[in-house]
Formats: sequence, structure tokens, C-alpha cells
Amino acid sequence: MMTETFRIAGAGRLTPARTARFTFDGKAYAGLEGDTLASALLANGVHLVGRSFKYHRPRGVLSAGAEEPNALVGIHRDAARKTPNVRATVQELYDGLTAVSQNRWPSLAFDIGEANDLGSPLFSAGFYYKTFMWPKAAWDKVYEPFIRRAAGLGVAPDQPDPDHYSSLYAHCDVLVLGGGAAGIAAALAAAAGGARVILADEQAKFGGALRFETGAEIDGMGGWDWAQASLSKLKAMDNVRVLPRATAFGYYAQNLVGLVERVTDHLANPGKDLPRERLWQVRAGKVVIATGAIERHMVFADNDRPGIMLASAARTFLNQYGVAVGTNVGVYTATDSAYAAAIDLKKAGVTIAAIIDIRDDPKGAAIDEARGLGIEVLTGHAVTKTGGKLRVSSMAVAPKAGGATRVIPIDALLMSSGWTPSVHLFSQSRGKVAFDEATQRFLPGSYAQDCVSVGACNGTDTLQAVIEEAYAAGETAAKQPKGNRPTASTTENWAGGMLGTGPGAEPDTTVKAFVDFQNDVTAKDIRLAVREGMRSIEHVKRFTTNGMATDQGKTSNMHGLAIAAEVLGKPIPQVGLTTFRAPYTPVTFGAIVGHSRGSLFDPTRRTAMHGFAEGRGAVFEDVGQWKRAWYFPQAGEDMYQAVARESKTVRQSAGIFDASTLGKIEIVGPDAAAFMELLYTNPWAKLEPGRCRYGIMLREDGFIYDDGVVGRLADDRFHVTTTTGGAARVMNHMEDYLQTEFPHLQVYLTSISEQWAVIAVQGPRSRDIIAPLVEGIDISDAAMPHMSVREGTICGVPTRLFHMSFTGERGFEINVPADFGESVLEAVWAEAQKHGACLYGTETMHVLRAEKGYIIVGQETDGTVTPHDAGLDWAIGKKKKDFVGIRGLKRPDLVGTGRKQLVGLKTVDPNVVLEEGAQIVADPDQPIPMKMIGHVTSSYWSSNCGRSIALALVVDGREKMGQRLFVPMPDRVIEVEVTGTVFFDESGDRLNG
Amino acid sequence: MVDMTNVARRPIFAGRQTTAPNASVTVAPPASRLSLRAPAESVAGLSSVLGLDLPTQPKTSASSGSRHALWLGPDEWLVIDEAGADLAALIKPVAAFHSAVDVSHRNAAFVVSGKGAATAINAGCPQDLSLAAFPVGAASRTILHKVEIVLYRTGEDAFRVECWRSFADYAFTFLTEAARDA
Amino acid sequence: MLLIRCPYCEEERPELEFRHAGEAHIARSAEMSELSDDEFEKFLFIRQNPKGLIFERWRHVHGCGRFFNAARDTVSDKFHLTYKAGEPRPDITLMAPSGPSAWANRDPAELNVNTPDRDKGA
Repeated sequence: MMTETFRIAGAGRLTPARTARFTFDGKAYAGLEGDTLASALLANGVHLVGRSFKYHRPRGVLSAGAEEPNALVGIHRDAARKTPNVRATVQELYDGLTAVSQNRWPSLAFDIGEANDLGSPLFSAGFYYKTFMWPKAAWDKVYEPFIRRAAGLGVAPDQPDPDHYSSLYAHCDVLVLGGGAAGIAAALAAAAGGARVILADEQAKFGGALRFETGAEIDGMGGWDWAQASLSKLKAMDNVRVLPRATAFGYYAQNLVGLVERVTDHLANPGKDLPRERLWQVRAGKVVIATGAIERHMVFADNDRPGIMLASAARTFLNQYGVAVGTNVGVYTATDSAYAAAIDLKKAGVTIAAIIDIRDDPKGAAIDEARGLGIEVLTGHAVTKTGGKLRVSSMAVAPKAGGATRVIPIDALLMSSGWTPSVHLFSQSRGKVAFDEATQRFLPGSYAQDCVSVGACNGTDTLQAVIEEAYAAGETAAKQPKGNRPTASTTENWAGGMLGTGPGAEPDTTVKAFVDFQNDVTAKDIRLAVREGMRSIEHVKRFTTNGMATDQGKTSNMHGLAIAAEVLGKPIPQVGLTTFRAPYTPVTFGAIVGHSRGSLFDPTRRTAMHGFAEGRGAVFEDVGQWKRAWYFPQAGEDMYQAVARESKTVRQSAGIFDASTLGKIEIVGPDAAAFMELLYTNPWAKLEPGRCRYGIMLREDGFIYDDGVVGRLADDRFHVTTTTGGAARVMNHMEDYLQTEFPHLQVYLTSISEQWAVIAVQGPRSRDIIAPLVEGIDISDAAMPHMSVREGTICGVPTRLFHMSFTGERGFEINVPADFGESVLEAVWAEAQKHGACLYGTETMHVLRAEKGYIIVGQETDGTVTPHDAGLDWAIGKKKKDFVGIRGLKRPDLVGTGRKQLVGLKTVDPNVVLEEGAQIVADPDQPIPMKMIGHVTSSYWSSNCGRSIALALVVDGREKMGQRLFVPMPDRVIEVEVTGTVFFDESGDRLNG
Repeated sequence: MVDMTNVARRPIFAGRQTTAPNASVTVAPPASRLSLRAPAESVAGLSSVLGLDLPTQPKTSASSGSRHALWLGPDEWLVIDEAGADLAALIKPVAAFHSAVDVSHRNAAFVVSGKGAATAINAGCPQDLSLAAFPVGAASRTILHKVEIVLYRTGEDAFRVECWRSFADYAFTFLTEAARDA
Repeated sequence: MLLIRCPYCEEERPELEFRHAGEAHIARSAEMSELSDDEFEKFLFIRQNPKGLIFERWRHVHGCGRFFNAARDTVSDKFHLTYKAGEPRPDITLMAPSGPSAWANRDPAELNVNTPDRDKGA
């Protein structure tokens, strides 16, 4: 195992004794607990960590945080847990971590794709769009697969994700986003005021820039120590919840903020109990945005070699992790803040080759201190290019005004062109950013929601001002002025800087001065985009891909904008800023899916008698969310044999069917009948208590919406049934009319779908089967004719017993309270077996009702079928003055000829079973496209009829009785005869048989 | 006649429970339930036969012994009697306009308790369950992830979750998973 | 996810508890069967679908179950107010125009948003 050589004794905040082993591309290394993968690699002198997206150029670590565009690796825990595109600067090290580099072949150090770099004149912005346009056919088979292999990021895992993810809705008075000096100060103030506070930060440790800002002092303590002490205080308070490793990725309406908390990605042995990630949906009274600022790189030729990084990153690696990013370090800057990095490194014993400052005459404490430490400071100079292949080895330095170039050997180069306030979440909140001319940066302008930006993300530059502002914001949020604000001091100043390119990367050059490292976008590409006619920054973005992909341009957007503005000759705000969209950093699908997988993806509904059917070998089918018994195969039977047997048995003896899933609504009140009159086409006023009627419900447009048998239990009480699929929407439809159109009616609706289990007993022996079990009801035909309902008991259990049929046979539907359903069914089944009855499922139910021409809403109807079309005119109360749909039915298109009407179809060859949905034509020899005059809605083999049967909707079908029509299929044309819809027992005698 | 002892009541999930360090979920024993609907003018008469004052404020409930009336809407209550009293029979003499429908078997109920009870429910319920917003005695129809529930807070760390019986499997599985993370 | 104030529950509740139910203040005629084709067309098919202020129906379907009305801005998604079913359409003609759209960070004018003609009481 390689030993660390770049860890500086006494530097950083990690404990030297607590080592963690890891591998990178198969090679073993050691790091320390608390490291990120990036700091651990750098401690081992590993700078080359990836290949770039398009040119496959060697890349190293640019940053020390979430903005990282380069150091993307795969983290492999096991065969199923292979996470691509993980930022090495965010991934915490754990013992046993396995990381692999991406987008390289055959190896990271020797990558064939690097040829793209040499051929780069071919690969300019818009190259893919322009080059691979023709021939079109080549796109799928040649170009896209090639491009996808050559360019790209990591590889998605190929196995189901074995981890689980959780989610949580949370509420608080004050949500503080960002746990740096500003966020902590705001949280302290808000918490002291008694508010419910959530403080979240994307890092494992709170402190933000205090991780590296060595000169900061707050309340007499070092900045970092103050942060940790404050955190301990906050954690101890009942009204505060502290969320480390939680990234606020999206800011939505009404102060709803989405955060992903990474729960186990940092653990060596996560175990099975913890979720990998937890999605927080936090609704906050007030949001304090304290998201800080992100340092920008300098844009110059070959600014992307491994070893070239942001100054603040090098400082973080030193002060937090105790890692020197090189032994002979150059600095290229346009702002003071990079000096602090040089000074810290110098004090830690690292040689600073030179500080190259593009400013002509910078002044201040930082410059003086650097010079005082003996660091060579070259002002008015620029780095015009760098040398080195897998690691930077030199920088070429020249005076801006022109003059001799000096090549200075280095093994790392720190850069800073200033800081970009992180206004992402503010902007997502619909706030409008404003461009500050003086400091050349976009800052929060007008607010759209109840939030406030504090600290660096608000353009507040000095630590004392940040603390003042943040503490005041916390007080305001808690509506409790507390006073006693912390005091802070620092010698550092983050203001100033530059945007765009420096010398050596001007418009007439062809050098690769990278603006966007992740997408390999150079300054030249952006200029090309403008030259090719892109005027809006949104177009430039899409043409060049600047600011796209996983880092979303956190380091590149401002440079790209400045370069485009320069070429366009317009001020920056006129060129515009691309939209900040959620997510701020990539969010896993797992976090979004959360609990919604496996059995929790969607509810599976089972009836109270499911177990009974399961125990008797039922095969189930999905009907919406319900599992319904489909058929009950006996030994050796396939579905068709089982259905044939079940269908015959029901008509010969009887069958038992679970009808529990039908919707049921109890309608109660003195105006119950009046309400029924309005909601159904049928007349109800004269229906006597104890009798039932088949009802049809329309929408206002006149089309059939639902149907079902309705029993009148009393003058003021109806028991309505709906289709299984229609249960919820019919209830909603009824409530809508009752509440908003007919509120004068004294009636209430209650869903009783699940109160009652329903056992259908159908067949000539049905009455004999139930007779021994029923008490208190005379079930003779004289006392209880077809289409009647009685209340009594069965097996000692209260029942609503319906004498009704959906098979054309004598039948009963036994409603019993659901918890008794299975026990009563067992008793009924014991009786039924004495009569040779069978259990049957939904398939046989369908066949039997089709034999009788009974429609199923949603099968024979599709939302464009009227009662007249379906042959159900008889169900419309002709004398009624009003019901929902009464006017719709009179629409000219609904009463004219040429409408599709429900008919029966018999195939000329009785053994041919039509396909449901098949189209019908009058003349099979007409040219294609043929005129289609209808379609098959239901089709079955009927063992009772000894032939196939079908129902169909055919244009003017009832005038075509006896005619021959044709059903063209891919392999043949099937000839059919138009018939009535009743195929079995046309007289209907069997209902009382 | 058949032997009545064969016809047993089989409540869904009877006896099922799950326990995690911070929250446990148990299936509540069968109770009698009434879906009660009535206009304001009928409330007094109904209250007197039920032996409790039907609540008229949103998100509230009233209890008397083992009987609870949960406000679900401006003219709607879910009345639960854990002792199994015949609520419909109690209501029957009331002449004032109302609708009382027995839904004892329609619902299943879970008791979620423990210091993580609110957190477990908040895994799928978007309402604010802090004691300030949802105090002891608060009741509301709402959402638990993908199913509808009636949520009733019976203690600082205890809730009763009612749902339709065919959604009980989903609700129990969800609460089991959520309790583990509470 | 929006928060919607239910006028019956008298508090804001999460959007998940609600269901949208189309444009409000379209009364069903008591003489339904007497409507002319034109009147029926207007009743059944014609909707405003404005960019800006709309009066619409919602149901607190997973809450108190009540249908109610809302005045919402279709550009910003902002609910100006909600009120009980049956109450008259409130006069909110002086209401502030649409704020910036949800996600674009642009002025309504830049998004080509037409502010509804409030003088006509749209």
C-alpha cells in the first residue's frame, strides 16, 4: 500500500492515527477518517483522477466542494452498488472504499480517446449538431453509439438498487440553508428566539469557508472553533434540528424546499436498517439562504491540467485535511483571496514559486504579507499557458503589456478570478437577481417568497458584516430581537476579481482556455457560438453546452457570460443569465422514488374473501388496484377449459363469485329519491322499498358514465352499486352535484364499498343453496321476486340480500359485513357443493353476461356511447324533466343517424373467436385505407352456445341485422353476421327458472 | 340451520404489529364505527344520544370514555366506539335530519406510538404534526403516501390511523418501513 | 407542492389533499332541457382558460370533502383567495398583476404574458 507523502504533520483537523484504506483504479492507498476521497488522493500525490468529457484530456481536482466539475469517479460498494459520477470532493472516505476513474480506455494514464484532443479543430462547439446530420439513417446505428461510447460520464449500474430510501415531510419556522458563518449565526439568533429551526448543510461538518479561512475570529475564538461550539449549542436545543450532509436541491412554491440527506454513503458498513438517502420536503415559515459563494478559476491556455486548482480548494486541503497539493506551487490570481492560500501554504513549509497577479498594482495587507514571507509577486503579469501532461509541470508567465515570457517550473497551480455568489436557491424561489456593476456580479434583487439571503451569497464581503446581517435575519425570522450579537474579525477580503479571459486567450487565439471543464467548453467555443448567430445566453448555452451536465456551470457560467457579452459588445445584464433550475446538485432516482417501490409502489387491494379464493387455487387478475379471482383451474385445466367448465356449471347448477369490489354508496335522506332522479336516467320515485332497478348514469354530455343495480331499502335509503373501476369517480361525481348544483336536497352520501363483502350465488340452484342459511327473509319468488332486496340475517350475520342476476340465471348477491365475508362464504360454499356448484371468476362472469348481452361500462362503452347507442333507451325515464345528461342527449350529433350502435356478431365459422378491438368493414375488397364502420367490444368462446360470440359497436348497427360484415386481420379476413345482443335464453325465462 | 360457531368474524390483520426503536405500529382491535352526516341544526340531538358533544371546529374531536367523534367535514363525523356499542341503534330515535351509516367493517385501524410516531407518519403525511399544529385530540382526513387515512392524535406520542380495509395492507407496510426510519 | 387554504377547514393544507375541478361559476340551468344549442354549448364546452386570473373549483377530496372556489393566477400559481361553494364571485379586480413566472426568473412582460383584462371583470 502506498503511504501518504503529502500530509503535513500538525496541519489540518484530522486525527493521524485513524487511518482508512481505499483503492483507486485497483491501487491501494491509505487516508484518514474525515478525508474526502479527493483529499485522500491528494495526500497520496494523486492528481490525475479523470478524463474530460469530449477531448479526454487528463484532469485533476479543481475544487474542494460540490461545484467540482472534473473529479468524477465511480464508487463501487458491491456488484449492485456502483454509483457513477460521484464528486471525489464530496465523497467522504471510509475504510474499504473502492473508487474507479471514468471515461477512459484502456487506462487513466493512457487513453485512446485522447486522440480527440489532437483532432479538436473538428470537435468545436456545435460539432455534433453539424457533422452527424447526414446521412440521417446513420444516426441510430453509427453516430450515436460511437458518440456515446467516446464521450460521456460514468456508467450506470446494471442491477436493481438494493438500498432503500426514505422520505419525510417536515415543517419549521425558520429553515437555514448553509452552515457557514452566516447560516450558523442566523440559526443561533432564530433558535434563541424560540423558533423551530432546521439548519442544513451539504458538508459533513458545519463551518463553510471557516474550514479554510485561518484568519477569522468570532467571539474571541478561531472561526472554525466558534462554528463547532455553536453547533454543539444548537444541537442541544429542542427547537433545533441540525442536518449535515443535506443538500437543498430545489426551492419550490410557498417556501417548500427539497433536500437530500446522504445517510450512509460515508459509512464503511451501512447495515440494512438505515436508508441510503432521505428526501426532506421542508415547509418553512421563513427561509434564510446562506449558501455562500463559489470561487472561479482563471481562463487561460491549458488551464485544465491536473494540479491546477482553485486557491480556496488548496487552502481547504491544507487547513482542513492537512494536505499539501504540491511542493512547488504557483499562484495565478485576479483577487486578494488567493494570497491567503499562498501564505498558508508557505507557512506550512511549501515552496511558493511565484504569485502571478493580473492586476497592475494591487495593494493591501495580503500582498504585503506575501512579500514579507519572501514570496515572489509578479503584478501586471499573466500566465499564458502551462506545461505538463498528466500533471502540470510549468507555467509560462509574461507581462500583460508584452515582454519576455518566463517559464517557471511548478507542480501545482492555484488560481482565483474572484467569487460568484451562490444565488441558485434564491433564483429558484422566483426571486429576481440584479447585476451589481461595481462588483460585476449577480446578487439577489427582488424577492418573490418569504426568504432572505445573507452572507457571501448576498454579496456581503466582510466577516463582521456577514455575522451582523445573518444574526439580524435570524432575529427577524424568529420575530424576537435578542441582541448580544457575535463579533467577528478577519483580515481577508473576497471582493474583486475578473470575468472572462486573460492574456494569451484573446479572441484571435486558438488555444484551449477552458471555461467549462466538465463539458470541455473553451473561450473559443463561446466566441464561435456568437459568431454563428447565437445572441441569447440561453442559445449559447445550448450550442456550446456551457453550464450543462452535473455541475450546472457553477464555476463556468459567469465566465461564459462575460465572454459572450464581450463579443456581442453588450453589457452583461443585457446578455442575460441562464435559468437556475433544480436540482442544485444531482439527485439520485432512489431519493426521488423513496418508499414508492415494490409493494409500496401502488396499493394492492384485496377483498375480504381473497384468502378463500387463493386457498382454492384461483388465478388472479389486476382490475385497477384490485386483485380479483380470474378463474379457478382444476387439475390439468388451462384457462379456457376452466372457463368453459365454470360457465356451463353456473347455468346447469350454480356458481359462487366474489363481487365485493363493486362500488357501493348508501344514499340517505328524505330527498334520496329526488337525488336519484337527478343523477340517473331512470325514474326512481315510484320504486317501492324492497325493490331494485338497473340504473344508468350519464355525464352532462349525454354519454354513459356508469351503471349498476340500485336497491331501495326504505323511502329515504338507497343502496347503490357502481362498477369496480367507477367507485371513486362516481362518488365524486355525486358529491359534486349534491354540494354544488343540488345543495337544497336533504340527502347524504356514504361510501360503503368496503363495509360489505358480496357473495354472488348465480344459477338455477342458487335459491336452494342459500335457503338453509338465510333467516328472517322469505326468499320465495312470490315474496322476493327478481330485482328485490331484503335485510335479514345469513349464518347469524346481518345481510342485505339482493335477488338479482348478472348471468341471466336466477341469482342472489349476499352482502355481509366485510369481517364476516370469508366465514359466510365458507358456509355458502359448503352448501353449494352439495348442489354441484362451482366457484367462478371474472372471466366466466364476463362470458356469462356477454351471452346475455349485458354491457360492461368501459368495455362496451368508451365515453362516447349514449344509452340509445347501447340499446338501453328503456332505462331513460321519458317523463322526467331533468337528470344529468338530459340536455346532452338532445345534441344534434347524438340523435342523428350514423351513430355506432351495440349489436351482436356471430362469426360465420363458429369456431373463430374474434379479437376484442378488431375493426369492422363492410367491404373487404376496398382499397386501403379501408372505411372502418365499427369495432369489436367483447368476444368470447361460449361453451353454453357452443360457438363464439361477440358484441360490437357498428355504425347504424341495428339496421344491419342479418347482414354480413368483415373483420380484416393481418393474416385473413373474418366474415361475421350482425345479430341481436342476446345469445342465450332470449326469452329470459331462466331468470326465474 | 347451520352451526353458528362456524361463522367467525375475521378482522383484517388481527394481532399484527411491528416495533422499531422509536415507533411501534399495532393493529387496533375491532371497533364499531358510524359515518354520521348531519346539518348544524341536528347536532344537539345527535350529541345527546351519543353522550358527547359532536365537535364543530375543523380538525378536532370529542371523546367520552371509549367513544370518539372525529370532525371530518362541516357536516361529517366519524364516530368510533372502541367498546363496540351499537351506534346505529343509539342514533335511530333521533328524528332530526341526519344520515348514520354503519362503517364498522369498512375501516381498519392502527395505533402508531412512540417518540418517533409523528415522524413515522410524516414519512407519508404532508401535514404539520407538531403539537402546536396538530395537538392531542386533533383529527383529520388526509394522505398517507398513496392512500387516504383518517389521522387522530390520541397522545403526544400516539396516533390512531384509520383507513379502508383494502388499503390496510399498504398502510401497515408503509408505516412499518417508516417506523424503522423514525 | 402548493398550500391551499380550505375555506371549510379554515387553514392551509398541502395540495396532495386536494383535487382540481375545473372552472367555477358555471351554473347548471334549472331548466336544463330547455337550453338552446348555443346556450348548451356555452355551458358544456366553452371555458376561459386564461393566462392570469382564473376562478376555479377545487375539492378538498382527502380532507373535509367539500368543493370550494378559488381565485388563482395561472402564471404565478398564486392563490389570491378561496371561498365556499355557493358564495358569489369576489370582486378582486384591483388585485396585483401576475408576479414573475414560477421558474423562468423573468418579468411577465418578457414571457409574453398578457395580463387579463380586469376592467371587463374577466
